Amino acid sequence: MNFQIIFYIIGYVLKIEGLLMFIPALVGLVYREKEGLSFLFLAAVILLIGWLITRIKPKNQIFYAREGFVSVALSWIVLSLFGSLPFILNGDIPRFADAFFETVSGFTTTGSTILADVEALSHASLFWRSFTHWIGGMGVLVFILSILPITGGATMHLMRAESPGPQVGKIVPKIKDTSKILYIIYTVMTVAEILILICCRMPVFDAVTLSLGSAGTGGFAIRNSGLADYSAVCQYIIAIFVILFGVNFNVYFLLIRRHLRQAARCEEARWYGIIIALSTLLIFANTLKMFSTAEEAFRHAFFQVGSIITTTGYGTTDFNLYPEFSKVILVILMFIGACAGSTGGGIKVSRIVILVKSVFNELAQIIHPRTVKKARLEGKVIDHSTMRSVNTYMAAYVLLFFASFLLISLDNMDLTTNFTAVAATLNNIGPGLNVVGPLGNFSGFSDLSKYIFCFNMLAGRLELFPMLILFNPQTWKQPFRRRKELQNAEKTTE
Amino acid sequence: MKIIIVGGGKTGATLAHTLTDEGHDVTVIDQSADRVSGICDNNDVMGLIGNGMNYSALSEAGISNADLLIAVTGSDEQNLLCCLFARKNTKCATIARIRNPMFLAETEFIKEQVGLSMAINPELEAANTISRLLRFPGAIDINSFAKGRAEMLTFKVPKGSLLDGKSLTYIRSKVEAKVLFCSVERSGEWHIPSGNFELHAGDKATIIIQPREAPKFFRQIRMETHSVKNVMIVGGGTISFYLAKQLLDTRISVKIIEMDEQRCHELAEKLPGALIIHGDASDKNLLLEEGIESTDAFVALTGFDEENVLLSLYAKEMADAKVITKVDRLIFHELIANLELDSVIYPHNLTAEEILRYVRAKQNAMGNNIETLYKLVENKVEALEFNIGENAPGLGIPLRELALKDNLIICGITRGRRFILPDGDTAIQPGDQVIVVTGRTKLNDFKDILK
Repeated sequence: MNFQIIFYIIGYVLKIEGLLMFIPALVGLVYREKEGLSFLFLAAVILLIGWLITRIKPKNQIFYAREGFVSVALSWIVLSLFGSLPFILNGDIPRFADAFFETVSGFTTTGSTILADVEALSHASLFWRSFTHWIGGMGVLVFILSILPITGGATMHLMRAESPGPQVGKIVPKIKDTSKILYIIYTVMTVAEILILICCRMPVFDAVTLSLGSAGTGGFAIRNSGLADYSAVCQYIIAIFVILFGVNFNVYFLLIRRHLRQAARCEEARWYGIIIALSTLLIFANTLKMFSTAEEAFRHAFFQVGSIITTTGYGTTDFNLYPEFSKVILVILMFIGACAGSTGGGIKVSRIVILVKSVFNELAQIIHPRTVKKARLEGKVIDHSTMRSVNTYMAAYVLLFFASFLLISLDNMDLTTNFTAVAATLNNIGPGLNVVGPLGNFSGFSDLSKYIFCFNMLAGRLELFPMLILFNPQTWKQPFRRRKELQNAEKTTE
Repeated sequence: MKIIIVGGGKTGATLAHTLTDEGHDVTVIDQSADRVSGICDNNDVMGLIGNGMNYSALSEAGISNADLLIAVTGSDEQNLLCCLFARKNTKCATIARIRNPMFLAETEFIKEQVGLSMAINPELEAANTISRLLRFPGAIDINSFAKGRAEMLTFKVPKGSLLDGKSLTYIRSKVEAKVLFCSVERSGEWHIPSGNFELHAGDKATIIIQPREAPKFFRQIRMETHSVKNVMIVGGGTISFYLAKQLLDTRISVKIIEMDEQRCHELAEKLPGALIIHGDASDKNLLLEEGIESTDAFVALTGFDEENVLLSLYAKEMADAKVITKVDRLIFHELIANLELDSVIYPHNLTAEEILRYVRAKQNAMGNNIETLYKLVENKVEALEFNIGENAPGLGIPLRELALKDNLIICGITRGRRFILPDGDTAIQPGDQVIVVTGRTKLNDFKDILK
């Protein structure tokens, strides 16, 4: 294990976090809030720590998959730890467990909150909450990869550990350019959403925070009522943008490059569209009687479906009051999640498609035992290793799900609450049902459960394995050769 | 530059590595998913699983705006075909590896027909390098510069020679021949020597010298340079065939030991002047019987690296001969460098370097100024040849007054048809070609060498 380089990367992450924290300080300045000062102070401190760490350049730049996984997992933990400090310092969220939960929920683009009254928060803190969504949405390390002065192709391990989806591909040969392109697309789309919302007469602060939240498919609202108070047009715009951010970003790259046909061929995006359309229609039909006009029923159905499948978690209505059938559809959507390579969470449409296809393949095998058949995705044969990684992912997912389900049941909440709370955090959605529904929050859980949720959110965002690998003792062992080298070095110094 | 490499074998992987190091955008196409993922895990390149002969695979790799296609798959026909497709449909330059000796005489014809910018024959390349080394057995490595007007020689300083324990200024005053020391490697560390640098026995010194001065220099420092009269080659592959042919043309007698009887017959047919011996070279008695003790040079060219290394070590012990070893796999090169071997040839590296030289020259036309490039001392020291334009900095100023960066030395200047070994009073003029040896990599322009 090359600890030096992991340390160096974490230092870099802190440097970036320090720089980004100046922005909420600026927001505090605009609104003349004293809470902004805590951001200013911590930004300077974090920047200094990061700068001190990165002054030591690692001599050994050898980098394998496990270094990639560990540094990504540790970076995210460190990022959340430091990111929660301003909330504690300025008194907006005084307890550490709550502040940490809120920050993890922000960076992992979950959007679950422990706050009953968000409107009491200062503008600076509200902005920082939404801004963490935006940072976490595309990934911090993807951003760092575009500037990190470490050469060599091994940095691909970092990207692979942080990017969602079963297969991570580059869109251009250089990792630096790939991450630059991704961030440019991301930024342009976010700015477009902000401008359109402002044009539709949304207040500037709301437009900015909600756009940052929807770009990262996060889901922190800045009003207690969620998004219910905004105009119908604004709700449609946000729903559409949220769905757009749930599409694989490679599709946008292909569109920019004018490979229209290739972009249209993207099978995952097509399934994603079909699932959204179908669920919207079903929920619309099911809830038609609840609302005064058909338009309203459709709007809420469309918004809720878009918000849940992309794992955003904004709400325009209390879907806790929906009929059971609609609620179950929403819970199913929670598990499906967005496309791979987007900013959304969940199991990912492509994994579901692969799993369903392998089931059909297996069935065909039973009917015609000697048949030779290959499952395909995007017209290409799904190779065995991808299939295996999807299966192990599912196994790990189910294990983790039920382990946390069991542990949080100690708090004695009802079954629906517990089940959807775990689903909402592990899939990075935000709200669940009952106690943790769109109008509820997570403050009723014990500290232990909150930490479990934090772990779930991080595991869900990083696709399980980077977080799980931290608990494998093998990870922390020095390979035999290195250990011997160290012993020899000690001997010579003696 | 945007470069597509078709074929992810040893050469393809080496190329992918060096080209990304130089900062190019590289895409690798290979049919084997394992190979592609192996290359992609270790290098910052894009991988694509597919067949390079398939035009849709090429266009997916972005052939339409690529600058260069390098085809290094295992088959000549595949290489040629994918270069042909690329050439006919885009403006992309192409390089193909063509290794079948059948095509040797027709290489120029094929290049013209297919529109290749370059045809690479790794075996021929290796044979050329070996025969160059055999012509001058004192050197471990020879590269030529300035269209052959200057040579860069690397040799090991022997015990008891005039150089041992002497400073460079002293050597310069004693030796009449004009010579410039540009890099010295000592126990894994390399130095760019200044005047008071002292040489020791065992150092690997690299000098720049004009070819006709070289024998004089080596005579004066009392390093024997007996010329090679007979060569023993082990292994009768394609490199052996090219090499034997070249050596026979210069009237050096050649003895080839080959295990496969069929191949022996073929060689005997094609190389009438050579002595072909059918037998196993790992048989000590056979080697002794065939006079390994009295051979002037021993070249190990079997298909197995281990065998080549062992046979060379044995030959080194038995005979006072120039020993050349071929090694295919690069991974153990640091280990091999520590063995008591004379010259080690890495054919895959030679091919990659030759292509790299072309890429650098092509970049020249895109505003870059490097003419040729050689890597010395395990890729840590490079020799570069720069073209000096009208607006280059430091023109007309004597070299001693130029503020050059550390770890860098100007080793030669070609002016018109003359080659100048520079001293402190020499000044650079526009139109010159300047050879720079440096430990800094990624220098792209002459102005990069100034502080």
